[in-house]
Amino acid sequence: MRGLPVTLAARDVILGVEGVSLAFGGVRALTDVSFSVRRGSITAVIGPNGAGKTSLFNTISGFYRPRSGNVVFDGRSLAGTAPPERARLGLARTFQNIALFRGMTVLDNIKLGRHAHMRTGLLDALVYRGRARREELELRAEIEERIIDFLEIQHIRNAPVATLPYGLRKRVELARALAMRPRLLMLDEPVAGMNREETEDMARFILDVKEEWDVTILMVEHDMGMVMDISDHVVVLNFGQVIAEGSPAAVQVDPAVVAAYLGAGDLGRRLSGPEAA
Amino acid sequence: MRIGTLKTDYAADEALFDTRLQKLLILLACAAAVLFPFVASPYWLFLACLCAINVASATGLNILTGYTGLVSLGQAAFMSVGAYTVAVLEIHAGTPFLLNLLVGGLLTALVGIGVGIPSLRVKGLYLAIATIAASVVLHFVFAHWPLTGGMQGLSMPPARLFGLALDQPFQLYWLILPVTALMVLGAANLFRTRVGRAFIAIRDRDISAEVLGIPLLRYKLMSFAVSSFYAGLAGGLWAYFFRVVTPESFPLVNSIFYLAAIIVGGMGTILGGILGAVFMTMVPELLKFVAGLVTPFYPDALALLAPVRTIVFGALIVGFLIFEPHGLAEIWRRIRRFFHLWPFRT
Amino acid sequence: MTDWLFLTEVFLAGLGSGALYAVTGVAFVLIYKATRVVNLAIGEILMLGGYAFFGAAAGWHLPAWVALPVAILAGALVGAVVERGLIRPMLGESPISVFMVTIGLGSILAGFVQIVWGADPLRLPEFLPSAPIFIGEAYVAPKVAYGFLAAMVVVTAFVLGLRFSRGGVALKATAADQAAAYSVGIDVPRVFSLSWIVACGVAAGAGVLVGAIGGISPTMGVFGLSVLVVVIVGGLDSMAGALVGGLFIGVVEAFAGTFLGGEYRFLVTFSILILILMVRPYGLFGTHEIERL
Ligand SMILES: Nc1ncnc2c1ncn2[C@@H]1O[C@H](COP(=O)(O)OP(=O)(O)OP(=O)(O)O)[C@@H](O)[C@H]1O
Ligand SMILES: [Mg+2]
Repeated sequence: MRGLPVTLAARDVILGVEGVSLAFGGVRALTDVSFSVRRGSITAVIGPNGAGKTSLFNTISGFYRPRSGNVVFDGRSLAGTAPPERARLGLARTFQNIALFRGMTVLDNIKLGRHAHMRTGLLDALVYRGRARREELELRAEIEERIIDFLEIQHIRNAPVATLPYGLRKRVELARALAMRPRLLMLDEPVAGMNREETEDMARFILDVKEEWDVTILMVEHDMGMVMDISDHVVVLNFGQVIAEGSPAAVQVDPAVVAAYLGAGDLGRRLSGPEAA
Repeated sequence: MRIGTLKTDYAADEALFDTRLQKLLILLACAAAVLFPFVASPYWLFLACLCAINVASATGLNILTGYTGLVSLGQAAFMSVGAYTVAVLEIHAGTPFLLNLLVGGLLTALVGIGVGIPSLRVKGLYLAIATIAASVVLHFVFAHWPLTGGMQGLSMPPARLFGLALDQPFQLYWLILPVTALMVLGAANLFRTRVGRAFIAIRDRDISAEVLGIPLLRYKLMSFAVSSFYAGLAGGLWAYFFRVVTPESFPLVNSIFYLAAIIVGGMGTILGGILGAVFMTMVPELLKFVAGLVTPFYPDALALLAPVRTIVFGALIVGFLIFEPHGLAEIWRRIRRFFHLWPFRT
Repeated sequence: MTDWLFLTEVFLAGLGSGALYAVTGVAFVLIYKATRVVNLAIGEILMLGGYAFFGAAAGWHLPAWVALPVAILAGALVGAVVERGLIRPMLGESPISVFMVTIGLGSILAGFVQIVWGADPLRLPEFLPSAPIFIGEAYVAPKVAYGFLAAMVVVTAFVLGLRFSRGGVALKATAADQAAAYSVGIDVPRVFSLSWIVACGVAAGAGVLVGAIGGISPTMGVFGLSVLVVVIVGGLDSMAGALVGGLFIGVVEAFAGTFLGGEYRFLVTFSILILILMVRPYGLFGTHEIERL
């Protein structure tokens, strides 16, 4: 059963996923997935392990090319748009397995997020005069004032990321995504593996980001408490298909969703291997 | 122990040398470099020039391999492109040496881009092997092309500055060292900007780098271009230094030499490229010196020099990779930290 | 007029040297499959085999049938020591670091044989029957023919052995997924050791054959470069690829050497390598791994 189709005015939609299907060899990771993300909302994608949530994110990022279907960002079709270009358009994200650059400091990791919006070319860089220098200093100031203070990571700015504990790494990843000048911020399991307190911090950051930065948030999350607390809209995936969508309250009692999560007790574990064990 | 380095001024924090000690050390090094030729013997000047050339090339390789994570076994072959270009221009066109060097560097950069093209499809080891293949092809071209003089190679006139021939180590020192210094400075600058960060991101996790806004092929090729530009310049300096360029001047083992230099020095640090290149250039001299010492007791010592050098090179690569993967630069850092903390803690 | 007889002879000679590429390639693939190490020192280990044979046969005056096992054992011993001393400490490091360790190893071995046996090329004592061999009318140098036979026997034994023995299953499991292999009770470290021991032994044996045909010298390690081309063409993790690639490259080199001149050999093989990297980067038979974010 599908949730009621939600009709939104076109200008309210920042991201449209239209009939996306994706397969790896015989594994059908996504089958005809369609949904819309409303501008200014927090939309959550949930589903049992292996449901295809990360694959969906990767498709939106342009890392996977769907077998059929299309992604529309802000009224513009992204078909044939390479991942770096999508990043420049304002699609920023974090990764389920934390993809920070181990050989760089926290500050450099965050700076890297701005890459697509900077102009410094090779020659500028070699001489580090004029534009290169100006751009770097502006970036540094902005990161310090808007991101580092905001996420409360002043004390680790010069630390190599490899030395950071897990919770802080997630926060640095969020910082890097913010440096990307996001218009749609995609968070893949932002609180996975965090304790209660860290989870609450992160939920607060997400809400603040939405308010202060004026970005739309699309997140994948297993922590139902958090999903129910902060999201405006929930899309449920199971075996690569959308089985329901709607408000958190409506989705929670949807029989198809309940069935999917009950089944996940044993099925989900078998599907997703060691992670769930 | 230094306390209270609170920084509110970002420009100061973003500077290349941000502590007073560092600035002092650099100043001392510059002064020493200027005074050196006036006190050193020709032998030491010769070595200094050789070290500088190797520093230039190793720094280039470090950009590609140490910072971008693209292993190349073609650095020596790239140098040969620069060396031949300079030699041909010097012989046939007689253009000013700085122009020749620049053309040599640019031409090598083009070749480097060509070699780098497979780097989007193939990774790591495959790419290293592609660079070996490129070395073989380049060697063949230089050995068979009439313009490059076949197996005989080319002998070229010295660089000239205002009618003065630069043909002694003393004069060449003033050509080679400044060029190398500028190249090292350029490399250091590179990694203060988005270009350098993109390189490191590609090394650390190239697939997520793409999603974060870095066009992979473009930056991989850029890294190849810079690195081979450096190799081309270094090769050009080499040509002016030795003035004979043959196909055997830049064998595959030289590429391994540069790889060893950045491993021993420390991959992915500017200081590492410098320390490693100097160290590896001095090792054979040290061996020669030792061989000279033991010759009275063991007359064959000199004959063993070549194989012992081969073994020492190999052992340095293996030893550093296993026991000190961050190289001499890391040892240097530890020493510095020790003195910063001293005498409060050990 | 095409001289078919001559072409056939060139072809057979190419197959002969190709077979030696194939065995060495198989040894290379064995190490790669088990440990994911690209062993650039394989040429030097092969060289060491040639020298060990020389040392045993010419130095200690042992008969060839004793000297050959001595050479193979020497290779195996080096393999064991290298795996324990150099490769295992690098476990978990980037594949590129391990690759560079093998470059260093090659350098050490090359220097070592030069110190012990000198820099000049040497000839191995004759030990293969020297009666001329004809296939149809085509003449094949007897050493080349015996080399081919021996190489083919080893390659066949390998392919069959891996398909049907328990060791083969363990290897396959380790190659597919180390952690999973561990969890089903396969002694992964032993698979590592054994693969290095066997592969280096085989490479050393191949070195004896190569040395018997062309003599030995401290630069013999460049044979490893051709082997590298072979395994890239065939696919790093494919035994069948090593066999096909080896024979193919052998024949190509023979024709290039005959019709273009010896100096074209490397040019032609490495051009093929570049071509393969462009159109089929994972070789003819290699597996292409999909990356995940
Ligand atoms: N690169 C890939 N190659 C092959 N199969 C893949 C790949 N990526 C994902 N899959 C498969 O696609 C399916 C969906 O995986 P995905 O990672 O999208 O699930 P998920 O919903 O994010 O799960 P989790 O909650 O565990 O993160 C799984 O069966 C997975 O094994
Ligand atoms: Mg996932």
